[in-house]
This record gives sequence, C-alpha cells and structure tokens, in this order.
Amino acid sequence: MRKLPLTPSQTIGPFLHMGLVWSDGPDVVPDGTPSAVWLRGTVFDGAGEPVGDGLVETWQADPDGGFGHHQRFRSFGRSATDDAGEWAVRTLKPGAVESADGTTQAPHVNLSVFARGLLDRVVTRIYFADEVDANTVDPVLSAVPEHRRGTLVAPAIGDGYRLDIHLQGEAETVFFDV
Amino acid sequence: MARPGTAHAARQPTAYERPNGVHPPLASPAYRSSTLRAPTEPLVLLPHRLTELTGPVLGAERVMPGDNDLTRQDGGEAVGQRIIVRGRVLDSDGRAVPNTLIEIWQANAGGRYRHAVDRWPSPLDPNFTGVGRAMTDQKGHYSFTTIKPGAYPWKNHDNAWRPAHIHFSLFGRAFTQRLVTQMYFPDDPLFAHDPIFNSVPEAARARLVSRFDIETTRPEWALCFVFDLVLRGATGVPFEQADDET
Repeated sequence: MRKLPLTPSQTIGPFLHMGLVWSDGPDVVPDGTPSAVWLRGTVFDGAGEPVGDGLVETWQADPDGGFGHHQRFRSFGRSATDDAGEWAVRTLKPGAVESADGTTQAPHVNLSVFARGLLDRVVTRIYFADEVDANTVDPVLSAVPEHRRGTLVAPAIGDGYRLDIHLQGEAETVFFDV
Repeated sequence: MARPGTAHAARQPTAYERPNGVHPPLASPAYRSSTLRAPTEPLVLLPHRLTELTGPVLGAERVMPGDNDLTRQDGGEAVGQRIIVRGRVLDSDGRAVPNTLIEIWQANAGGRYRHAVDRWPSPLDPNFTGVGRAMTDQKGHYSFTTIKPGAYPWKNHDNAWRPAHIHFSLFGRAFTQRLVTQMYFPDDPLFAHDPIFNSVPEAARARLVSRFDIETTRPEWALCFVFDLVLRGATGVPFEQADDET
C-alpha cells in the first residue's frame, strides 16, 4: 500500500510554555510516593550556556519493566527548563525491559529534548550508574562508541540521579536516530 | 505492577517507518538559533523496542470543556478574524489516530504572544490566551475555533517576520510518533523569507500549509481551514498482537 507522506517537524519556539507547561508535568509519580527519585539535569548549548527555553520529556518503564497503565505512575514526565537550563521530574527508577526481539535492556529512560533552535526534537536516554552489570550488556549502550557512553549514564546524587545534556561541544550528548 | 498493557498493545507495529527527508536538518544555518543548539555528532540508530513502541495515553483528564474554543476563554470575545481549524490525525498507513491529545498555542490577531518573552509593540488581547487543547475523536478528527494569528517580527535577520502560524503538539500512540510542528495559512507572502518554514525539504513544505475550505466555513460566523497531520506508520507489515499475550 502506498504510504501517506509524513507531516514535517518544526521548532517548538520560544513561547512553548504557553501551550506545553503542565502544573503536574514533572510528577511521573505524586509527591510522597515511597522510593521516588528525581531525575535532573541542565541543558547546555554549544557555547556552554544553559538553554533556558527548552522542554524535556521522559518516557520509561515502571519498576517491573512494564508499560501498563497505573493510577499513580504515569511513565511520562514533562519539564520545561528554567533560566539556569535545569529540568527535573519525580519518578520511580525503571526496571530492566524485555522486548519481543528477545533482548533485555538495562533500566533506562527515553528523553525527548525540544528547544528554540531545534527544528526537530532530539532523543537521548538516561541509564543509571549503579546498574553496572546490566549496562555492560545493554544492546543500545553497546552500539554507542565506548568513549561517548558516559554521556548517557547518570550518577546517583542527592535525592536521585543527575545527567546534564550537552547539545553540542566537547561533551556532546549521544543522540539517537529514532 | 502490571506487565505491559494488552488492550492498547493490539495492532501495535513492531517498528515504525523512519522519516527520511521529511524533517528539517537540525543544522539549518539560515535559522540562527540552530547554530549553537543542533548536535554535530552523527545520530546513533536506535532500533524500535518496547520503550519506543509504547507511548503516553493522556487525554480526557487533561482537556476541559471549552479548551478547543480559543475565542472565548477569558470571559469576553477575542478580537480578530474568527476561524475554525479542523482536520484529521492519521498514520502513514492511512489509519486514524483516535483519542490522542493535541495541544496548540499561537499569537493573537496582532501577532503578539501572551508570554513574558514577547515584548514587541503590538497589543495583547485581554480576551485571548492563545492556548488550546483537544482530543481526536474515534476517527481521528479534531476541531478548534480560534482567531487567525498575525505575523510578528523576530531578530533572526534584518527585517525578519514570521509568517502567521499555529504551534501543534501531538503524541500519537508511541514514543516514536511524537511530533511538534507549526501550521501555516495558504499563500502567505512571508513564506519566501522565513528560514524556519524553508528549513523543511522543499517537497514536504506544502504539508505544513492548511487549506481554506469554503464548504465547512460557517456562514456569518467563521472561515474554515483544514489541516491534516500524518504521523509515522508501521514499517513493513503491521504486526497483529494477540489480545491476550500471557
């Protein structure tokens, strides 16, 4: 069958907050949820300046590695960056994800990053530094050049995990063709 | 916690087509803001597995009655050309995308956004927020009533003006289908001068331009513009999943 032609992407622009900020955006789980963690980071541009008009969306499995519907776990988070380029979502650490192709992936969170200046979203992932064994055999991490894998692995810091996103520069984050 | 949901996983593709040549190149130097923000390293191919094949099911609870009528959100009536913007959300296999959240935002009739960053000397309209939400129906149809936005100046280059547009954000059913874009109006004289519109490969640009529709224009009320959106469909033959996979 002939495919319908796809609609092209455009930048989210500088006024994204009007349409896309939700008061409960960062709440993948509600405040007070046992074992909740914060995923945080700063988005930087190629000059090392914080990106203060970006939006980060997260999509992840639950702690058992599933994507079912839950009353108190949304799988999805959304956080605009603040003037300092910071974003944060409150969530539960995902479990390992088994897929139909027989692979098991280390716990991970998919990220979409939108900003003025980005004509399409860019997609990256967060892995967890305390999952050394699972990360070692993860099929996606293994496909990333070894010297760049660290840009995807978040150390445990304070109330959760922290990973900065560098859109450009020496420490440019690995982005995926999804 | 529950394993992957089964009901909504039925008819889920095993992979989505790749949008080669459809989206703008991230590095589009004529759009100056892309210069320091577009990644320069090659993207790493991400095969589609469960995280990419699933997506948020958001909806009804995020949309209040009246959210799809931007002309009367703050009590009074907004100033400007009243329009209906309607269309369908489909995937590239021609299947409707039902019950999916659409979020829109836009400038008012004078080209001014209700946003702290927008300071150019065109008046705000106290009766226009410029924000709308709607769910597609069972057949993928959506409809908004709004005001035709004005063009506005920006600082990309000397005497730069953005053509009138409405921002659209869509989820589809899978992480892979997420799309944020802009809808334009037919025959805008600013198209030729806009690096954001022209960042799209030429063959695909017209897909961002809505179509004036006299048939569904409401007499003595509102002009109608139709804007259909096509999200990525399955690659190859769609995989029919059993309703109960356990």
